[in-house]
Amino acid sequence: MTATSAPARDKVRSAGRSGVPAARRRWRLPFSPWHLVLLPASLVLLFPFGWMLATSVETQNEALHFPPVLIPHQIRLANYPDALNSAPFGHFFANSAIVAVTTVVCNLVLCSLAGYAFARFRFFGRTALFAVIMATLMVPFQVTMIPQFIIVKWLGVHVLAGVGIDHIGALILPNAATAFGIFFLRQFFRTLPIEYEESARVDGASRLTVLVRIVLPLAAPALATLAALTFLDSWNNFLWPLIAVTSTNKMTLPLGLATFQGAHQTEWTLMMAGNVMSLVPMLVIFFLAQRYFVRSVAATGLAGT
Amino acid sequence: MAVAVRRPAARRPSSRRPSARRVIGSEQFSGWAFVTPGVVIILLFGAVPIVWSAVMSFQRNNLLSPSTPFVGTANYRKMIHDPVVAQAIQHTLVYTVLFVPGTMLVGLFLAVAMNRKIRFISFYRTAAYATMAVSTISEAIVFIWLFDPSYGVVNYFLSAFGIPPQQFLNSPSEALYVIVIMTIWGWTGFSVVIYLAALQGVPQQLIEAASIDGAGPWQAFRRVTLPLLSPASLFLAVWLTINALQLFDEVYLSTQGGPLNATTVLVYYLYIQAFQQFNFGYASAIAYFLFLVIIVVTVIQFRVGRRFTYYRS
Repeated sequence: MTATSAPARDKVRSAGRSGVPAARRRWRLPFSPWHLVLLPASLVLLFPFGWMLATSVETQNEALHFPPVLIPHQIRLANYPDALNSAPFGHFFANSAIVAVTTVVCNLVLCSLAGYAFARFRFFGRTALFAVIMATLMVPFQVTMIPQFIIVKWLGVHVLAGVGIDHIGALILPNAATAFGIFFLRQFFRTLPIEYEESARVDGASRLTVLVRIVLPLAAPALATLAALTFLDSWNNFLWPLIAVTSTNKMTLPLGLATFQGAHQTEWTLMMAGNVMSLVPMLVIFFLAQRYFVRSVAATGLAGT
Repeated sequence: MAVAVRRPAARRPSSRRPSARRVIGSEQFSGWAFVTPGVVIILLFGAVPIVWSAVMSFQRNNLLSPSTPFVGTANYRKMIHDPVVAQAIQHTLVYTVLFVPGTMLVGLFLAVAMNRKIRFISFYRTAAYATMAVSTISEAIVFIWLFDPSYGVVNYFLSAFGIPPQQFLNSPSEALYVIVIMTIWGWTGFSVVIYLAALQGVPQQLIEAASIDGAGPWQAFRRVTLPLLSPASLFLAVWLTINALQLFDEVYLSTQGGPLNATTVLVYYLYIQAFQQFNFGYASAIAYFLFLVIIVVTVIQFRVGRRFTYYRS
C-alpha cells in the first residue's frame, strides 16, 4: 500500500531476492528465535516481583548485605506477621475493597441511568448538560482537587459526617459517577438496535424496565469493561486518599503502604513483606479476570483510535 | 425516534391516576430522573470545582487568613518569577520526553515479539500484563529497593560490568532517570496491551501481499504494519503524555522532589503549595497552568499526529 510506486517496489524486490535465500541457508534453531528475545525480556519484567518476594523472606542481615544475597539461606516467614503487627494491612485491604467495590457498583448504576437517558431520551437541557459533562472529562484532577477538598470538608461538617474528610465515604462519593462512565455507556447504548426497546415499550414496559431488562443485558460487555477500569482506577488511586484521609484505620492500601514506607525506611524485609501482601490480592484478581482487564484496556485504546 | 417512543406511551393500559402517570411516564420527567443522580455528582465534584479553582487562582487564599481578597493576576505573575516553577517545568518536560517514547518503544517491541503463536506465549504475555496490576506505590517501593545505593541489586549488577556504585535516587543528576525507568516498567503492560490489540487488527493478507511483492520482514513491518499501527501510536502518545505531565505518586514516594529539587515536577510542587503550605490561590494558578500545558501539548500531538496517522476506511 505504501510501496506502490515502481522504483520503491523494485527496491523492495531486490532487497528480498538477496535476503531470503541467505536466511534459508543459515543454521536453524530448534525453537522460534523470538524466545531469545522474549525470555530475557520476561525475566527483566518479572525480576522486580521476584526480588520483592526474595527480600520479604530474608533476615534483616541478609537484606542489608552487599553484594546482595540473591537466594535467601532460609525462608523467614516471620517478616509477614511482623509487618502485620506494625501496620494494619488487613484494614487497608478491607478499606480498599470497600471503596473499590462501592465505587464500581455506584458507577454501574448511575452511569447506566444517565448514559441511557443521554442516548435515548429527549428532554430539556440535554445537549447543554452533556456538553458540561464532556468538558469535565478533559480537566485534570489537579485542577479540581482543592475545591473538591473544600466541598468534601463542608459536606462532612454540614450534611453527613460519613462523607467528610477522614471518612471512607469521602473516597467513594466524588467518584460515584464519572463523566467517562456516562460518555462510554452512552456511546455503547447508541450502537444497540432501538427496535427491541420500542417493542418492549409497546408491550407496556416502563422506561426503567426497558433499561434493566433489555438494554443492560445487551450492554454486558461494556458494563464489564467499565467495571474493570473503574476498579483499577479506584484501587490504585493515591493522590485523593492522601488528601482526604489522615487516620491510619481509614487508609486504603496505596496510602497505607506509603505511610508504612515512611515509618520503616530501612526495614526492607518488612517493607517487601508488606508490599507482597498488598500486591498478591490484586495479582490474583487480575489473573482470574485477566481476559476482562486486558480486553477493557484494549477497548480504551481501540475506542481512542 | 421520539415519535416512536411516545406513541406506545399513549396506548399504555389506563391507571387510576392518569395525570400523574403521564407526568412520570413522560420523556421529560424520565430524562431528568435518570440523569440527576449522576449529573449532580459530576457537577458538584467536577464542574463546580473547575470554576471555583479558576476563581481561586485570582485570589489570595492561604487558609490561615479568613478573607480571600481578589489579587488580579498576582498568582500567575508570581509563577513567572518562581525559580522552583521553572525547575518543575523543566523536570516535567524532561521526564515526559524520555518516558513517553521509551514506553511506546518498549511496548511496540514486546507486542511485535508477542504477536505470534509460539510456545509459552501466554507466559510471556502474562509477564508483561502483570505490571498493570501493580499500583504506582508498590512499583515505587520495589524500585527504591532495587536502586538502593548501598544494598540495591542494580548496583550489584553494574559492578559485574566494572561500573562503580551509583547514588541513583540520592543523586540530583540521576534521580529523575530512575523515576523514568520505574514508570516505564509500570506502564509496560498497558502499552503492550494497546499495541497487541492493534496488531491483531492488521490484516494478514496485507503482510502476505507485501512479501509476495518481495518485501523482507523488516520492510513489511516498516511499510505495512507500522502505518497500520499509527492510530494506536497516536492514542498512546497522547494518553502517556497526559499521564506523564501529571506525574506525582512515584516522586512523592521515592524522592519527595529531591535531592535539591532535582525531581520536583509540576504536580508535586502544586501538591506542596496546596496541602503542605496551604496556598490554595497560588496552587490553583499552577493547576490551571498545568491544564493549559496539557491542552496545548494534546492539540499539537493531534495536529502533528494527523499527518502521520493512517486510518483505514
